[in-house]
Amino acid sequence: MNKEAKISCKNIWKLYGEAPEKFLKNTNNNPTTEEIKKNNYIPAVRDASIDVNTGEILVIMGLSGSGKSTLLRCMSKLIEPTHGQVFFEGNDLLKASEKELIDIRRHKMGMVFQHFALLPHRTVLQNVAFPLEVQGQEIQKREERAKDVIKLVGLEGREKYYPRELSGGQQQRVGLARSLAVEPDVWFLDEPFSALDPLIRKEMQNEFLRLQSMLKKTIVFITHDFDEAIRLADRIAIMYEGLIVQVGTPEELITKPATDYVAEFTKDIPRSKLLNAESIMNEKDKKPYENKVNYNDKIEKIASKVLKSESIFSVVDDNKEVIGSVSKKELIKALFAEDKNE
Amino acid sequence: MNKIKTIFRGKFFFIFAPFIFLWLLRYIIPNYTISSKTPHWAYIPPKSCLGGCGSIDGLIPFVDWTNALIQFLRKYEIFGLFTFRDFTRGIANYVDKFLDFTEAVLHKGFPSYDVGPLPWIFILTLTIILGFYLRGWRLALLGGACFSYLILFSKRGIWELSMKSLAAISVSAPLAALIGLCLGILAVKRKRFANFLWPMLNILQSLPHFSYLILVVIFVGIGTKAGVIATVIFAFPPMARLTILGLQNISQEIKEAGVMAGCTKWQMLFKVEIPAARSPIMLGINQVIMQCLAMIVIAAFIGQPGLGHDLLIRLQGLRLGEAFEIGVAVVLIAITLDRYSQALALKEPERREGNFVKRNPYLCATFFAIIICSILVFLFPFFNEYPKELTISASVYLDNAIKSFTRSLFVPLGIFRDWMLIYFLMPLKAVFQSMPWTGVILFVGAIGWKLGKMRLALTVMLFVFFIASSGYWVRAMITVYMVFASLIICALIGIPLGIWASKKESRTKIVLNICDIFQTFPSFIYLLPAIMLFQISDVSAIFAIVIYSSIPMVRYTVFGLRNVPQQIIEASITSGCTDRQLLWKVKMPLAFPEIILGANQTLMFALFMVMIAGFIGTVDLSQEIFRALSFSDGGKGLIIGLCVAFIGLTADRLLVEWSSQMKSKLGFKV
Repeated sequence: MNKEAKISCKNIWKLYGEAPEKFLKNTNNNPTTEEIKKNNYIPAVRDASIDVNTGEILVIMGLSGSGKSTLLRCMSKLIEPTHGQVFFEGNDLLKASEKELIDIRRHKMGMVFQHFALLPHRTVLQNVAFPLEVQGQEIQKREERAKDVIKLVGLEGREKYYPRELSGGQQQRVGLARSLAVEPDVWFLDEPFSALDPLIRKEMQNEFLRLQSMLKKTIVFITHDFDEAIRLADRIAIMYEGLIVQVGTPEELITKPATDYVAEFTKDIPRSKLLNAESIMNEKDKKPYENKVNYNDKIEKIASKVLKSESIFSVVDDNKEVIGSVSKKELIKALFAEDKNE
Repeated sequence: MNKIKTIFRGKFFFIFAPFIFLWLLRYIIPNYTISSKTPHWAYIPPKSCLGGCGSIDGLIPFVDWTNALIQFLRKYEIFGLFTFRDFTRGIANYVDKFLDFTEAVLHKGFPSYDVGPLPWIFILTLTIILGFYLRGWRLALLGGACFSYLILFSKRGIWELSMKSLAAISVSAPLAALIGLCLGILAVKRKRFANFLWPMLNILQSLPHFSYLILVVIFVGIGTKAGVIATVIFAFPPMARLTILGLQNISQEIKEAGVMAGCTKWQMLFKVEIPAARSPIMLGINQVIMQCLAMIVIAAFIGQPGLGHDLLIRLQGLRLGEAFEIGVAVVLIAITLDRYSQALALKEPERREGNFVKRNPYLCATFFAIIICSILVFLFPFFNEYPKELTISASVYLDNAIKSFTRSLFVPLGIFRDWMLIYFLMPLKAVFQSMPWTGVILFVGAIGWKLGKMRLALTVMLFVFFIASSGYWVRAMITVYMVFASLIICALIGIPLGIWASKKESRTKIVLNICDIFQTFPSFIYLLPAIMLFQISDVSAIFAIVIYSSIPMVRYTVFGLRNVPQQIIEASITSGCTDRQLLWKVKMPLAFPEIILGANQTLMFALFMVMIAGFIGTVDLSQEIFRALSFSDGGKGLIIGLCVAFIGLTADRLLVEWSSQMKSKLGFKV
């Protein structure tokens, strides 16, 4: 097990159907797609193993029905996996007692939901203070803390509002505040911005990045929106029909897609905004040329000067050492990736 | 010709064939008439040879068995300490304690402390403030008007009677709500209990009022506490049902949010689930209150004092003017209770900021009102007890009005009544009475089979078999005939009315509002105009049933027609449909499943009303149940009740299944 890992999932299976445990056992915990189909099981998650490292933003992405939400719920044991292990800070979550689980959820986990899941009969303040209330914190202390978090998400002055009086974006801010009230180590976000308008979504993504830059939580973020994923993620896990198809940084996914499915997904992403010089350079050519570009420059920044000139550019790292080269050829190859097989 | 061939090939043929065959056969079997001493066994179920030949009427002596059980419960001492009846009476005594308190507050006073009952001015003012708090001035006006009527028209003691009824309701409604809530929660948390509870609720909700009354008389006695207990038993099922639905429909995310916040099971229940389901639960309370009111009126039959009792006496004495006055009081109380509890159900918490008075305006208003009222009561006796001299009564004028009205309409009403009897009701009755029980069993079974559910088919066949073997087959068929006749008339009135109402937004609103108001009346009230217009006959019974049970027919028709997706309507109009084509080719087919559900509801309403109409003297099951009531024959009452319930459940199962299959074929969510 990775020591850095905050959460570590090992061979998680979640099947729906009749007596799925038995079926899994009979197939040595590794049934094929055909076997699953033939026996009328619905596979939500298949053999998923993934580590979530401390302090990173892991985005799980896939289309609806790909099992991403189920996997997230297995991590917090909202759903019991059919088979597999989930380690939370090294402890097996699936073996934890009800009491231990409640304790972990009260102090170490926070979760944000797609449709906000605010309690309609409580004010903003009471909603945010809710996780503290169920811990048994006294009213003054918990409301003080709740007010701080409300301020943090920029909803000052709305403490006494009821959820129905707020816009979608504001409601989700309450959702964020509630999940942060207990100062959790791990922050689960289940398609938190999917139900919002595109403009508000962008605003909330910025808000999220701002909060993360201050709080530095370990984050598992679910989305079906690839743009959102590459904006926010340190690493992305792509799921397809219950399987984790590929895990990697956004650049890796675009430059080295593991399957056609991933390639299809990443096809429409404007590469120029995402890829940097390092990811497209010719690593073998380490000659120092006259023109230089920084390894971390995005393509959109260097494209015009590279394309204008006939010469080759050296790629240098922060210590000015040459680590490769970029020319028209590499640029065109990277930008029009569909043609690379020809 | 081809059409006929397809009929013979289809399942359709197999549904009707055995039924029609058996029916026609009765003209061939020579000794068959309904009145002949030994009708053929295939037509009228034979009498029993179990348990001593001839002692009871049924093929299987359910009534005797039930009575034996009741005797056992009355006599057998559990652990040699107390009988079941002692137990129930013990509970009743506890209920009595609460009742003593509410009665003292509302109309008896506390003689031992020399304190009178709550003066009318308090009740009036607090009702008005509550109305303002719950929804606003309109509701307050309604509450105020209702109680003003009760005070003003109290010449014959309507105020005291109302307070008696309200005292009983204010004990039975909270009890029923609490029981329903607990059972509902238990059913959601324990799957097995739900499997047991759900069919029980189905049966309880389709048993007629009187079956409860008889059992309560046996195990509790008569009088107010018996009325309260009967009411509680009658009123808790809808609460349990709505609690279950409410808790099940909480969004998964809200529950997950609770779990992720680290709630324990109890915290989940009280802090997340119940508050999140508060609207359906509150609607359940609304239902409980309305059921309580309906039952309290009917509990007059077992000596529950209050509005119902006096209404009953006046109806029996045909003092229609006075009955009318009390009827208006019942109706006003019903509407007020309904609107208040609905407002409570829909009330959202409001945000108020500022100082204490600003944050709690109604609390302060209540406080001041109490002070001012106290001073008034202290200074002027007028506010303590409304002087009898100032009360009014319109009963004499009403009597005269009703008399001259019916006299002037005597001839046309008489002609209408006779025409209905001779050309519609009697032939229909003959048809139903001659239906062979074997044929009916096969018929319902065949429908169940056609719907593709073997289990459904067996269940409904079992229901019909129970009725046939209980010894009340002919009576049951008369009940079915009354229900069927009413259903036809309801459809003839309700569907066109529904179509008319759905054409325009404004009409829809008016019609649905009227439906709402009519539905809140306790069913007993509908006998009043029926007796006024048609005296005592099958026609008056059917008249009462029809006004009561047309409501769901109209409501569901409107709902079905208005819920046709706008896109489809637009598509049809652009395809060039005329209004008529739009209605018959597009809207009606799409609304049809909903209309079937309406028919189903109408049927249930009609079945309930048939039982109450027994009071006018029909010769179906309800007459038997009235007899059972006067002899305190619990077994008979329960078995007849079950017969009625099974008639309802048979129709309900088949119609609901049919409707939902149609809906899923049309691609609607079920």
